[in-house]
Amino acid sequence: MPKFRKETQVTSVTDTSSSILGKAAQATPAPLASRIRGISDRTMAWLFITPAIVLLLAINIFPLIWAVYLSFTNYRANRPNAPLENVGLSNYSRVLSDPNIWQAMQTTAHFVFWTIFLQTLIGFSLAYLIDRKFRGHAFWTTVILVPMMLSPAVVGNFWRFLYQPQIGLFNYIVSFLTGIPPSSFEMLGSVQLSPWAIIIVDTWMWTPYVMLICLAGLRSIPDYIYEAAEVDRASLWRQFWSITLPMALPFIMLAVLFRGIENFKMFDMVTLLTGGGPGSTTEVASITLKREAFESWRTGRASAFAIILFVAVFGLANIYVKALNKVKQR
Amino acid sequence: MSSVNSAHSVVEPGAMSKRIAASIVIAYAVITMIPLVWIFMTSFKSPPDSISYPPKIMFQPTLEGYCNLFTTRTRQTSEYIASLGTPTSTCDETTRSRNMVIAGPSNYWPRFKNSLLIAFGSTFLAVSLGTLAAYGFSRFRVPLADDLLFFILSTRMMPPIAVAIPIYLMYRQLGLSDTALGMILLYTAVNVSLAVWLLKGFIDEIPREYEEAAMIDGYTRMQAFFKVVLPQATTGIAATAIFCLIFAWNEYAFAVLLTSGEAQTAPPFIPTIIGEGGQDWPAVAAATTIFLVPILVFTILLRKQLLRGITFGAVRK
Repeated sequence: MPKFRKETQVTSVTDTSSSILGKAAQATPAPLASRIRGISDRTMAWLFITPAIVLLLAINIFPLIWAVYLSFTNYRANRPNAPLENVGLSNYSRVLSDPNIWQAMQTTAHFVFWTIFLQTLIGFSLAYLIDRKFRGHAFWTTVILVPMMLSPAVVGNFWRFLYQPQIGLFNYIVSFLTGIPPSSFEMLGSVQLSPWAIIIVDTWMWTPYVMLICLAGLRSIPDYIYEAAEVDRASLWRQFWSITLPMALPFIMLAVLFRGIENFKMFDMVTLLTGGGPGSTTEVASITLKREAFESWRTGRASAFAIILFVAVFGLANIYVKALNKVKQR
Repeated sequence: MSSVNSAHSVVEPGAMSKRIAASIVIAYAVITMIPLVWIFMTSFKSPPDSISYPPKIMFQPTLEGYCNLFTTRTRQTSEYIASLGTPTSTCDETTRSRNMVIAGPSNYWPRFKNSLLIAFGSTFLAVSLGTLAAYGFSRFRVPLADDLLFFILSTRMMPPIAVAIPIYLMYRQLGLSDTALGMILLYTAVNVSLAVWLLKGFIDEIPREYEEAAMIDGYTRMQAFFKVVLPQATTGIAATAIFCLIFAWNEYAFAVLLTSGEAQTAPPFIPTIIGEGGQDWPAVAAATTIFLVPILVFTILLRKQLLRGITFGAVRK
């Protein structure tokens, strides 16, 4: 987290006393200094910050508090006039003892683990290759970046077409390369393959993201370190493991953090690709939550699940950031 | 590495390793573009061509997908079609050749307009509020600043569905469900966190001596903000705006849960485009192509700022 500047107006000017401006400010008598500030800094600060905070309170925090309240009730959004009962912690205990929800958590974990593993592996390798600075590398980097900017929903929807068993391009290419008949497997219809179908699309979309962050990490390593290693006759293999990888590690970890949070929340791409199916083999946590809240209309219970998810992401992210800061300090 | 090869700089990779790296990266780039090229190609195929086996790489391009995207059609008898006058457009002609007539415009254009309105409206608000707040955090001593900034960031960690439940109930009470205003406010709230974090980084980089000099010259704080800081921050503001725009443009989860008709944006609409017997893939591909082109342009414009945007300003080049 970037450190917030603690110094006030005037001290910051005096701090830069080497500059001409600084000298001018030092020479400025006190009454003028207070006049140029106009209204007090405190009032001014709030004037600037309040609008954004008010909006966040109204659209993010107030609903969140409402959700916490609802999670202790038996409220159902499709029957708003039914009597509201306080059910205590029973929503939470039901959620935590529901095998379907644990199944969804397991599916999410599988999805998050494999997407992060593949994206880090491919993304880092690509970044390493691009860092060889061959001719035209800037152009090809931009080409590779395109998929991550697109709408996951719109693109996920189109992948459904690519995955069609008989007419889809994906099956055709696989059959062209391996000789397996294209209609002999269904990426979206089979219990074994559908978890991999969503992993493939997510990896296709988000590998560039990891690549871009890794590339920044590799470029942050100063040349003189490699020069020193050359002088010491360290092999390329050795240089990779003792210089490149450790120095790029904070960046890789940052990429993993962002991808982890995003994929834990994953909803749009999977909804359009498989809708959680077949059965519930690709039903990630967000889809279960959506079904609880907007199909079964168990609003209270869904709120409890939402709070649990939020606390889980928030808690895990915090622990992870602590670890990341430790790696950075090394 | 031979000593001759590395004479100028020991860290410059050899020609051979460059060639290998280039071929692998280019191969990856080409493979990664296949689905996008396929979308583009499918949008110009006729419905039978789009679902042929083996998939057709060579085909007679047609605008049927685009025609079908923007119109609704009804099936008619060939006698009725023969009784109509000469077709007024190529769309008319292709539709009639399939024994159908154009009944009216489809919902794609209204949905696309909603997307434009909601994306630009929320971006404008998020960037305005975000710039003010970022300036406040950058230049003043704000009590609990670190906590506030972290709180602003943490609103991004909530799964959208979790936020959507109470928003759904709140909007139902306030009459904001399925309105463009409701969606603009919601996307603004989501984007403001990104805007504050990114813009604070950009404003931190502007030396505060500039404003101080202006204030010594008699500007008020507000004048200094508008006449000195804003012009200096233009690049940062533009980059932030594009990131907000892309988020609002691409968003699906809130849109599908909170809008159903009037205010529906394009992403929840595109998957519902159907023809006779399932999805009309050329029309879906046409919708997707039209929807993706603005983002392609922005990606090229943004490529220098991309890294900063996607990491909330955590990584700067």
